[in-house]
Amino acid sequence: MSHWIRACSTDDIEPEDLIRFDYGADSYAIYRSPNDEFFCTAGLCTHEGVHLADGLVMDYLIECPMHNGQFDYRSGEPKRPPACVKLKTYPVKVEHGEVFIDVEVF
Amino acid sequence: MDRPVHRRNYRLTGSNPGPEFAPSDWYKTPLTRRRLKALMRRSDRAGLIHYGLWLAAVAATGTALILSWGTAWAFPAALCYGIFYGSGSESRWHECAHGTFFKTRWLNDLGYHLAAFMTFKNPYLWRWSHARHHTHTLIVGRDPEIAFPRPTRLIGLILNMTSMKEVVKTLRLSIGRLTADERDFLAKTEHAKTVWAARAHLAIHIGIIALALIQQSWLPVMLIGLPALYGSWLHHLLATTQHAGLAENVPDHRLNCRTVIMNPVLRFVYTNMNYHLEHHMYPMVPFHALPALHDAIKTDCPPAYPSTLAALRELLPTLWRQRRDPNHCVMRKLPNGANPTTNPPATIA
Repeated sequence: MSHWIRACSTDDIEPEDLIRFDYGADSYAIYRSPNDEFFCTAGLCTHEGVHLADGLVMDYLIECPMHNGQFDYRSGEPKRPPACVKLKTYPVKVEHGEVFIDVEVF
Repeated sequence: MDRPVHRRNYRLTGSNPGPEFAPSDWYKTPLTRRRLKALMRRSDRAGLIHYGLWLAAVAATGTALILSWGTAWAFPAALCYGIFYGSGSESRWHECAHGTFFKTRWLNDLGYHLAAFMTFKNPYLWRWSHARHHTHTLIVGRDPEIAFPRPTRLIGLILNMTSMKEVVKTLRLSIGRLTADERDFLAKTEHAKTVWAARAHLAIHIGIIALALIQQSWLPVMLIGLPALYGSWLHHLLATTQHAGLAENVPDHRLNCRTVIMNPVLRFVYTNMNYHLEHHMYPMVPFHALPALHDAIKTDCPPAYPSTLAALRELLPTLWRQRRDPNHCVMRKLPNGANPTTNPPATIA
């Protein structure tokens, strides 16, 4: 079931960067692209469970801060080993300078 | 009568591994996001200058070896060439494996495969092995790259000074044999690539040996292949300072890594890996930014060793004592005002 929650303000994230957002028991990574678009993925790298929040955003790639695995944060697709498993992505909308993510609630 | 010394099981598939720490358990000196981003910034310019200078040094000393071949000058020429080829390539495959030598990915991949070939390192196996090393640094039974298992074995110390183990590994991998430990850390999708990379490396070295036989000269193998054996000693000596004799099973790189102040020549050959504590705490910071990272976090870390000799003076007696006392280790002390470690050191039998 769709469940939109406010994650942050647009100003909380610099262009070509990300922040960590925790909600309940889950952790997310919210990205601002170089073109001012916003995206959201699961927070932990699928390789060894390292949080991506300390990673480096380069264009549309997020690089794991520990092992250099890379994902396309728009689709979650792994782009460089040792990342091999897709990263879960979540819908995002921006309203009045606020970023909302659609976390699934069952 | 001496009691038998208990041997720790360092195999990843062993029955009694050390504690499994979550990535968030590992201590990191806090840095602002802006500072960290600035430190992590890659540079093709810095990478090309550094890698280019190194290749120029390899070419210049290799030319000197060719020109002096058959004379007494060939010995110093081989010494210099061996260091740049055999030791310089060791730290360069490592930096490229982290994807931090260059900004551009294909440059990192090219630099990685060239340097890996020069060191007899299998490029696929080592990428995965090294990732595990960073996840579980010096955790017994989880880190596949613990170079000095306890109790210390002298033969291990000696073998660590050459790349002979990698030659043997290349031969084994080329016939498709992976150990249980290698299967543990290597993704299945990489098995075939690993075997074919070993075969490709081997084929090139067989070609070089054939050329040497045809020419009735050692020169071809002195230029390609053998430098990994006769020239990597400097890297291995410097790399001994990274973790040897320090605490196992502790999730704090301030306690299981050494940072050693080295002169510019050694730092060039070693690609700034003397800032090893910093490299482990923030692995995505490129080599050229490690001195700045060192300055940023040094008040939260044990003091750097003033020289390689100072580090060796501490670690060699420690390794010697660990022959009989595997529980002995160097416990690094955090300076006053430093943040405490997040977890107390875990002990194993």
